[in-house]
Amino acid sequence: MIDLHGYGPRLLEGALITIELAVLSLILAIVLGLATASAKMSRNWLLHRTGTLYTTVIRGVPDLVLMMLMFFGGQIGINMVTDWLYDRFGIDTFINVNEFVAGVITIGLIFGAYMGETFRGAFMAVESGQIEAGRAYGMSHWLVFRRIRFPQMMRHALPGLSNNWMVLLKTTALVSVIGLSDMVRVAAEASKATREPFTFMIIVAAIYLLIASVSEWGFARLQKRYNVGYGEAD
Amino acid sequence: MEALLAQLEAQLADNSIFTLQTLSYYGEGLVTTVQLVFLSLIIGLVAAVPLAIGRGSRRRWVKMPIFLYTYVFRGTPLLVQLYLIYYGVVFVEGIQESWLWVILEKPFVPALIAFTLNTAAYTTEIFHGAIKATPRGEIEAARAYGMSRALMLRRIVLPSAFRRALPAYGNEVIFMLHASAIASVVTIMDLTGAARFVYARFYAPFEAFLFVAAIYLCLTFAILYLFRYLERRLLAHLKPASG
Amino acid sequence: MADTPIPLEVHDIKKRFGDTEVLKGLSLKAHKGDVITLIGASGSGKSTFLRCMNLLEQPDEGDLIVHGEKIHFKQTRHGREPADWKQVVRMRAKLSMVFQSFNLWAHMTLLENVIEAPVHVLGKPKKEAVEQARALLERVGLSARADAYPAQMSGGQQQRGAIARALAMDPEVMLFDEPTSALDPELVGDVLKVMRDLAEEGRTMIVVTHEMAFARDVSSQVIYLHQGRVEEAGPPGEVLGNPRSERLRQFLAPKH
Repeated sequence: MIDLHGYGPRLLEGALITIELAVLSLILAIVLGLATASAKMSRNWLLHRTGTLYTTVIRGVPDLVLMMLMFFGGQIGINMVTDWLYDRFGIDTFINVNEFVAGVITIGLIFGAYMGETFRGAFMAVESGQIEAGRAYGMSHWLVFRRIRFPQMMRHALPGLSNNWMVLLKTTALVSVIGLSDMVRVAAEASKATREPFTFMIIVAAIYLLIASVSEWGFARLQKRYNVGYGEAD
Repeated sequence: MEALLAQLEAQLADNSIFTLQTLSYYGEGLVTTVQLVFLSLIIGLVAAVPLAIGRGSRRRWVKMPIFLYTYVFRGTPLLVQLYLIYYGVVFVEGIQESWLWVILEKPFVPALIAFTLNTAAYTTEIFHGAIKATPRGEIEAARAYGMSRALMLRRIVLPSAFRRALPAYGNEVIFMLHASAIASVVTIMDLTGAARFVYARFYAPFEAFLFVAAIYLCLTFAILYLFRYLERRLLAHLKPASG
Repeated sequence: MADTPIPLEVHDIKKRFGDTEVLKGLSLKAHKGDVITLIGASGSGKSTFLRCMNLLEQPDEGDLIVHGEKIHFKQTRHGREPADWKQVVRMRAKLSMVFQSFNLWAHMTLLENVIEAPVHVLGKPKKEAVEQARALLERVGLSARADAYPAQMSGGQQQRGAIARALAMDPEVMLFDEPTSALDPELVGDVLKVMRDLAEEGRTMIVVTHEMAFARDVSSQVIYLHQGRVEEAGPPGEVLGNPRSERLRQFLAPKH
């Protein structure tokens, strides 16, 4: 048996934090991504520009820099706002930026930009005839979206979505740098303390591979479901 | 909101942060980042060509180890790979007494090794995909005209695969530039390292990180335009003539 | 027997894909200047037969003799394979193939396509190859498109370019695999004209085609294949003008 020098339970806790962080960020990223895709496809000039600015800037800057900006700058920014609220309206509040929340928001914000591009491409891949057919049968805008555009879009979006998820999962490792005790941070601490980096880092690597493999399998099943009616090709 | 803007303005106006001294930190950081990214990309690229060819081999004992390598290095965070190599090297018994320590003492080399292994894995898969996508007919024509396997690879498959791989490789270059920010975690004074230093010294996160973000953004755009130019030059043949 | 070796002889070729035998013992002898057309319904094995001739498909049984040189085979775990790939490479350089889907190399200009194999396979000096290529492009009416990439040319131009590429090898035998099937009807004529000219100048050609007019007017021999066997063979006047079997009559009957 591998000797974990008592770091076993903490490593497990760290793995759970990694998974929670990844899943919550993914949800936020999907919501932001759908909003961004809609904004970028909108005919409204301001929405379109804002969406483009967001995706361009986020995708042009390293995740770690954004994370530090959000984490270290976030607290100061929030303090400025609460100070202003107090000066102006006498509202006395204090919001503390918690590492976990900061992590979820940052990663969600980063991958929202990538998801936005994925969804936009996928929406545009849906043939306009499909939508017209829906309209022709008297479906409302929302009904067309829910029953036709969204399910058809998902078929095109899934490969990109799966890819973004894999990258997102690995990006969660960066929160260890800003002080969140995910499994990478635990393993780094354990490596330094026990001078056995291989033991801990290889375990962490194996857990990442395990999560990736399980999700790969899950996405393959989803893809099959959304490919209904398109044959087994692709 | 006005107060917020005013505060920002004040901070920018008296400018006690962006002195010549701090700017030189950023400058040195830029040099380190470019060196690290450029070197790992070049070595990774050179390694990826034979690896990609081997990855598509029919022999299991050639194909499987390469697949395993790319699977592991693409499936785990670069930070974990960096820690593994950085701490792994430091804690090897007796290494601090050996002649190797002169090179390995500085975190630059472990970081370079980690980055190179990482980008080589991604690039291998990119090339492998591009090679696989060679139109069957073009390969058949090469065989029908009496080309040997090696000649076909050199003249037909690789030149067309490299061109096809260009957009994906451009993304990989940008990815590496961004990923290199984690070098700062192992105390390398790259661009991000410089920003962290400035932040710690002045407790000015916005200035420190927004400035470095702007530099990264410029570098990203430079790479983007370079690859767009290359694509225009090298992928012209795939577009039907206009008019 | 003639003094010079026969360009291509094929004896009793058999080929299986899994359990189905697609070629059930086919033979053919192409003398210098012969134009042999292979006709038959889809699935008759005519393309597979042609592809066996330059070993793009490996025949399970049978012999190939190219310009008097017999190709050696060996049995391996994967089935029968050529024993000496160098010999195959040498042999392929003597038989150049024109494909249904042209298969010009997309990353090279037309001129580069034409000189590629002469320079790198035959070892011809580049200057010489370029001169020859320009002359050939002139012949097929494409001198103006020498520097165009395949994607920038029409299907008919690509196919004429592919014929120039085949000619640049100075082949013993030219193999045509349904060269006009992928073309729009209005582009077929130019390609067929080039092929007629080649036949007239005495090129040895083996052509898989659906163009009955070409088979009738140009070929010296027509072979009608059905389910991997030769059903009828002979001069075009006989085979096409006076078909013996009911199947061939039906095959030749004008479709509406």
